[in-house]
Amino acid sequence: MVIKKVSKYAVLCVVALFFLTPVYVMLITSVKPIDEVSLSEMWTLPSTLDFTSYSEAFSKLAPNFLNSLYLVIPATLISAILGAMNGYVLSKWRFKGSEVIFTMILFGMFIPYQSILIPLIQFLNSIGLYNSIYGLIFTHVVYGLPITTLMFRNFYANIPDSMVEAAQVDGASFLGIFRRVILPLSITGFVVVAIWQFTNIWNEFLFAVTITNNDAQPVMVALQNLSGSQIVQWNVQMAGALLAAMPTLLVYILLGKYFVRGLLAGSVKG
Amino acid sequence: MRITKDQLMALLFLTPSFILILIFVYGFIGWTGWVSLSNWNSLMPDLSFAGLKNYIYLFGDYRFQADLRNTVFFTILFIGLVILVGLTLAILLDQTKKMNALFRNIFLFPMALSFVVTGVVWQWLLNPSTGYNQFLKLFGMEPLWYTDTNILAGFQWGSIEFGLPVAIISVVLAAVWQMTGFSLAMYVAGLTGIPDELREAARIDGASELQIYRKVILPMLTPITMSVIIIMAHISLKIFDLIYAMTGSGANFVTDVPGVYMFETTFRGNYYANGAAIAIIMLLLVAVFIVPYLINSRRGAS
Repeated sequence: MVIKKVSKYAVLCVVALFFLTPVYVMLITSVKPIDEVSLSEMWTLPSTLDFTSYSEAFSKLAPNFLNSLYLVIPATLISAILGAMNGYVLSKWRFKGSEVIFTMILFGMFIPYQSILIPLIQFLNSIGLYNSIYGLIFTHVVYGLPITTLMFRNFYANIPDSMVEAAQVDGASFLGIFRRVILPLSITGFVVVAIWQFTNIWNEFLFAVTITNNDAQPVMVALQNLSGSQIVQWNVQMAGALLAAMPTLLVYILLGKYFVRGLLAGSVKG
Repeated sequence: MRITKDQLMALLFLTPSFILILIFVYGFIGWTGWVSLSNWNSLMPDLSFAGLKNYIYLFGDYRFQADLRNTVFFTILFIGLVILVGLTLAILLDQTKKMNALFRNIFLFPMALSFVVTGVVWQWLLNPSTGYNQFLKLFGMEPLWYTDTNILAGFQWGSIEFGLPVAIISVVLAAVWQMTGFSLAMYVAGLTGIPDELREAARIDGASELQIYRKVILPMLTPITMSVIIIMAHISLKIFDLIYAMTGSGANFVTDVPGVYMFETTFRGNYYANGAAIAIIMLLLVAVFIVPYLINSRRGAS
């Protein structure tokens, strides 16, 4: 039994090491002086710590980093609020046909965004929001509706209907119930949905690269451009990748429990 | 039928979102469909009707044929490995208990990253002259990874060589590294949901640990496996950013996928009608999986 247990841990440790190697390589490469950044020395530790790659990556990515912040905060908030409204109606005020409407909304979660991209760009162009952060905010709010609606609907399904009925007996209206019963119970729901949307919008690439260029580009596009340039500075690239990944990694480290709940809630159950 | 004030408010709450979805999902898909049947293959919009010309062109196009082949192999390998690795790790965690949180966090963290970051890192790890290759050289192997143009078990089918492109394995590896955490989290949740009494009862009946997993636990995890397959299938059929950031199309299009082709042909080449046709084919591929699943799960829920 003991040997078996040891072998199980051995397997887990080997896989864990494999999962961590990219991080190891990123970290050591990003702090190497430029003359040690070579393919043959890829796995070796740096002789001295050199953080110039971080300052260089930061100066290149900083404007785009800010763009991503301006994008992700309003887009997350608006889509969470709309999702909460939809989820409230679709779980507590069902009507004839509401399941069909829910399924129709849900389908939007799975479509390849390539299939709406050409009209979307024409539309954003015609209302003057092409190549702007506002256009991206709008896009993420609209295409975030299916997932935020699904998550809030499942979350509200766990609030007993009897609470809504009791409030109705007390004379509370649709809005009154939402404000005084549902919203105070929604904090966890908002945290989970906000983490999910924050992570997805921060990491998104297709909308970002097609809707914006130059000054309005979010950080993931800038990172991709950094690695697409002719002279490859691997240490700067790795530092840039770490900087660009920092916000979502921090969310994961600090709020991991809710992050996992978001993953599970996004899996179309219920 | 009388509608109360509250019911009216409920409809009022839902209407803006529903209208947005009607226009931006269904309306826009329809519009893309129309563009795919048009002659708009230059910078100037031209929506005159072209029939199925663009589709016929694509199915005869070497690059698109390679895309479909690559998508098939990417999807099968990716889903298979995500399920296999995720399930194995979840069962190991279920049996060891100690330090579970630490291991779970390690397996899950790539999910917090962007495919672009993953692409940038793995591009280096799988670089032909470095990275993991240095280890494999010790064993006398020298795979070229994503620059390899070889097709495993290939046979000619029309103008295209069908078989598993070696280079696809490298992008699958990166994608599996990133997404295994998802199936792991799903299976861990599933395993915790199985009551201990069930295992106890099986043990009393004389079942071995292996039998308990095969006969009791795995069948109970089937709905989770279905969900994982659906989620992973729709990710893999529309994958774009990982491949764009990591390998691009590859020599002889060995790592090209419809998502990359659509992006390049539409936004770099201005062949809008061709791009729209690729997008519609991608949508149909996803819909084959998603629509039955959605209808089924909705029916079960209501």
